[in-house]
Amino acid sequence: MKRILIICRKPPYGTSLSREAIDIALACAAFEQDMTLLFLDDGVFQLVKDQQADSINCKNHGKVLSALPLYEVDQIFVDCQSMSKRLITADDLVVPVENLSSEDISALMQKSDVIFNF
Amino acid sequence: MMIFSLLILGAPYSSQSVKTALRFANASIETGNSIYRIFFYHEAVNSGNELLTPPQDEIHIPNEWQAMARDNSIDLVVCIASALKRGVLDSTEADRYEKPASNLAPNFNLSGLGQLIDASVKSDRLITFGP
Repeated sequence: MKRILIICRKPPYGTSLSREAIDIALACAAFEQDMTLLFLDDGVFQLVKDQQADSINCKNHGKVLSALPLYEVDQIFVDCQSMSKRLITADDLVVPVENLSSEDISALMQKSDVIFNF
Repeated sequence: MMIFSLLILGAPYSSQSVKTALRFANASIETGNSIYRIFFYHEAVNSGNELLTPPQDEIHIPNEWQAMARDNSIDLVVCIASALKRGVLDSTEADRYEKPASNLAPNFNLSGLGQLIDASVKSDRLITFGP
């Protein structure tokens, strides 16, 4: 089976790319693919708790992400540098994640067959 | 020889992404490679809008894709969820949602993200253009 990596590097709001990347992740889960999600750069903001999306007429993206484990999406990684630069810690997030260094991320990309970069 | 699939995200006429994808697809075919599927997602769904009316001295994006699909039996898939909310509907969806008209160009098909996953699994390379 091919290993699929979905990289989310955009903030949760501003464009619909954040949501559309997660829709691909959910489709991968529905088709039982070997899929990994990686949050990088401003993408780590997508995972932050208590998003008040109503006030800007958007659906709460954090809520969508918090449901990922229900769809058996459990390989969720974050870039620890992106987290620390933005003063975000694991306690601030809506789902359990695993921290990766930039070396780990290179290795993850290398062993992936398909990369979606959003 | 390689089998490619393309994922396109950019809006036609606003971003270069659709035009670059078109050039890439043509070059792939000319060099003996094959294209398994073109998947239009995000703003790129408007590439399948039959009502696009560019000035005559500009490339007509839906026509170019249609010609390529027709001549090389390439599957042009427009993401149904992205398309509906951006007002790109085939006649079935127009009936379903009781809309006065449909506008999906011939040779384009509305379908789900399963087609993108299938393309990524069955092609040697999946190449993303845009947004």
